[in-house]
This record gives sequence, structure tokens and C-alpha cells, in this order.
Amino acid sequence: MTQATYNGVLNLAAGAFLLAAVLIVWRRELRAIVVLLAWQGIALAAIPVTEGIYQDDAALITVGVVVLLLRAVALPLLLIRAVGTEPQERRESTPLVNTTASLMITAALTVLAYAVTRPIIALDPSPATRAVPAAFAVILIAVFVMVSRRHAVSQAVGFMMLDNGIAATAFLITAGVPLIVELGASLDVMFAVLVLGLLTGHMRRTFGGTDLDQLRELRG
Amino acid sequence: MSSTTGLSVLSVVATALQVLAVLAGAPLVVGGMRQVRARLEGRAGGGIGQPWRDLRKQMRKQQITPQGTTVVFGLAPAVVAGSTLLIAAIVPLIALGSPLDPAADLFGVVGLLFLGTVALTLAGLDTGTAFGGMGSSREITIAALVEPTILLAVFALSVPGHSANLAAIVSATANHPGQLVSPGSLLAFVALAIVVTAEAGRLPVDNPSTHLELTMIHEAMVLEYAGPKLALVEWASGMRLTVMLALVANLFLPWGIAGAQPSVLAVPIGLVAITVKVAALAGVLATCEVFLAKLRYFRIPELLAGSFLLALLAVTASYFFATPTN
Repeated sequence: MTQATYNGVLNLAAGAFLLAAVLIVWRRELRAIVVLLAWQGIALAAIPVTEGIYQDDAALITVGVVVLLLRAVALPLLLIRAVGTEPQERRESTPLVNTTASLMITAALTVLAYAVTRPIIALDPSPATRAVPAAFAVILIAVFVMVSRRHAVSQAVGFMMLDNGIAATAFLITAGVPLIVELGASLDVMFAVLVLGLLTGHMRRTFGGTDLDQLRELRG
Repeated sequence: MSSTTGLSVLSVVATALQVLAVLAGAPLVVGGMRQVRARLEGRAGGGIGQPWRDLRKQMRKQQITPQGTTVVFGLAPAVVAGSTLLIAAIVPLIALGSPLDPAADLFGVVGLLFLGTVALTLAGLDTGTAFGGMGSSREITIAALVEPTILLAVFALSVPGHSANLAAIVSATANHPGQLVSPGSLLAFVALAIVVTAEAGRLPVDNPSTHLELTMIHEAMVLEYAGPKLALVEWASGMRLTVMLALVANLFLPWGIAGAQPSVLAVPIGLVAITVKVAALAGVLATCEVFLAKLRYFRIPELLAGSFLLALLAVTASYFFATPTN
């Protein structure tokens, strides 16, 4: 793999990663958000796989495949099952901030991410570190999504996007995470999603809905 | 000395040819899009020459001016048509080096587009009718969101070439075709596609063939025009669409354009190239329109805010994903 191809593929992967985050803020249907999360997982997996092919490192490629299976296949499937049992009219999540304002805030967060990570890039300017602002922007956007959505599944998607962003930053800055560390982090995320799925089902059986804003009063 | 006079004569010829081609070809582009839509919807359609026949019919009608309108209403069609023809003379369509090249700045072109929009908006307000005011307020809302996006998207394309001159951007893209698959260019392309549909009043932003006044944006402003002035307004709308499609075609597919010092053979080749590119883009746009429904009006700012965000991401991607070869 030549330097130019490595640059190009890494830039495209980081760009697709950030674009998936922006589209998750833009779309409101739950099913569409979870599918976009799967695409983001594929873009995330492309980063360690590309680095592994460029550096001839089989461990990195293995990490990339594990990330692909977990974050692009397994976790979105779990979430789709939580969405799929919703009644038809509950598919939309009504955000607390309207879509136009959310997109403007996302633009501001992206610019903030680029400004904040400039000293980090200046430490070691390489093609991988130059793509770090995109991963950092996804972290900020994920926190914003968690804060500004009402539906439990949307907040779960925000949480998983946050973990995707942290993983992408780790891959880009450190040029390779050991397999054990990646497996440990992925196990944490999987348990979190399983618990969230169980809680969502329990909430729906007890309260008849998963709109968290309506769970304000204590039930007798 | 003779080479510089040769350069200026052929460049002037190419620029004049650009303006004439836009003048003559705009109704054909509109007719072609309507015909593609008709065929895909299973109708026979009126033929590609139907807009020309409509223009001819309206030119022969009596000029009627509503009572109470001022010179603003009377001059607006001329201002829109004039600004569009000026844009057609400035931007690099057939050849790169035009005599107006120093003015082929990104900001100048966007300002001229906005001048045409504002002229029609004021004419809609000048009539004093409810529909005119409604159309004008909707149009200016859309324009306020669209102009920053055009500036950002073309600026993202100008970052690799380090110049906001449109001819420089086109020649930079022609010399480095690999830039076209960079994230900055792809995002800028999507943002510009949304912007062209919004600025030209096509689906999903505005349905150009609607007869329901409450759903109109552009047509509501020009409801009071009749006769030759209406012909000029419709012609100017077609020319704006043609010029924007040609600009997008040359920014992203610059091959075939004649150089800064065109030879006698390069000018007709450039004309044929731009005609083919505009026809292809118009066909793709018409095909996409068949599968789209018009957005509800309060959702349009969401779409335009999204395209603004994509343009902003394109600028940051162009700046920060610079390859080491630059």
C-alpha cells in the first residue's frame, strides 16, 4: 500500500465516520439512526485495518475485524431488536433541541474539536494524527446527542457513538491498541447495551413507553 | 504581440458564445427536464421545444401592469435576466480565460445571484397582494440560508488551489483529478447539489409545476406578471438553472473546457463538452425529482442547515486533510 493510498483511505474513513455522526443528529427515525450507527462501525473498523495493512501488523487487522463484528453487526442488531418491538407510531424520537439548531450546534462542536486538537497534531504531524479532529468531534457530537434526545434508544445510540469516537481517537493517536485492551473495552460496551436493552423492555412493560421525559413522577 | 491579440479575440469569441448558448439553451434545458419527467411518469410530454413555444406565445401578448405597482415591479425582470447573463459571461463555461476574468471571483458571482433573487423578491412585495408577500418572504428565507452554503462549498474547492478565482479552481481540478475523491470535494458536491435545487426552485424545495398557490415559493412572487415580462421572468429562471448546472459541471468535471489561450478548434469542443455535461446533469436532476416529494415548508430550513453543515465540514476537511504533496 503506497503512502498516497494510505492517506486517501484513512481520510475517507475518518470523513465517513464524522459524516455518520452528523447524519445521526439529522435523522430522527429510530431505525435509521441504528443503521447509521452500523455504518459508523464499518468506518471505524476501516481505520485499524488500513493501519494494519500499511504497517504489516496482523494484530491490528485482528483488532479491526473484532471491532467490525462487534460495533457494526452485533450491537446494532441488539438495538434494532429494541426498536423493532416499538409500536408503529413511536418510531420517531422528538429531540429537545429542534433539528436546525442541533445542526448548527454540531457545526460549532466540529469547529471546537478542530481548535482543541491542534496542539495534539502539532506534537506529531502524521496522516493518522491529522484525522484525530474528526474522531474528537464525534465524541463531542455523541455527548450532545445523549443530552438532547428523549427516547431511550436514541440515548443508547449516543452512548455507543461516544464509545466509537473514543476508540477511533485511540486508534489514530496511539497507532494501534493491544488486542486485550480492545477486547476489554468492547466487553464493557456490550454489557452496557445488554443492560440498556433489558431496562428498555422493563420500562415498556411497566410504564407503557420509553419516553424518558415522561418518567418524571413517582408511581404509587 | 500578435499572440496576445489572438488570445483576446478568441477569448472574446468564447465568452460571447457562452452568453448566446445560455440564452438559446436555457428553455431547451427546462424543456428537456420536463420531457424526462414526463417519460418517466408514463406521459407523452410536450417535447423539448415547448418552453420556446410558450415564450413565443407570451411575447405576443399585451403588456398588462397591475395598478399601484412602481418601477421596481417593472424593472425586476430585466435585472434578473441581466444579472444572470452577466454571470454567464463571467464564469468559465467554454474557455478558462475570459476578458472578465479578474471579476470571476467567487464572491462576485454569489453576489450577482443574490442580486437577481432580491430583485424578484422586491417585485413580489411591490404588488401588494397576499400571495406576492408570502412568496417573497419564503424566497428570502431560503436565499438567506443558501448563500452562505454556496460560498462555503466553493471555498472548500478553492482551498487546494489557493485562489478564489473560478478559472483557477477549474484548472486546479483539471490538473489534479485525484482531489475529486477527497472528503472535502465529495462533501462540497453534496452541499452544492442541495443548494442548486434550492436556488433554482426545484423539488424537494419547490415544485415548479404546482398550481396550488399556498405551496408556491417562486411562482407566488411572479403571479402578477403577464405577457412579455412574464416571458422574460421565466426565461431568466431557466437561465439561472442552466448557469448553475454548468458551473457545478465545470467545477467537478472540468475536462473538455478550452484553456486560457484557446485555439480555434478548442472553442467548439468546449461548447460541445459543456452542452453534454449540462444535458447529463439536467437529466439526472429530473430523474431524481420523479422520486422525491416536496418538503413541507418548515422542514426546508432543516435541509438547508444540513447542507450548510456539510459545506462547513467540506472546508475543514480541505484544510486539515491536506496531503503531504501540497
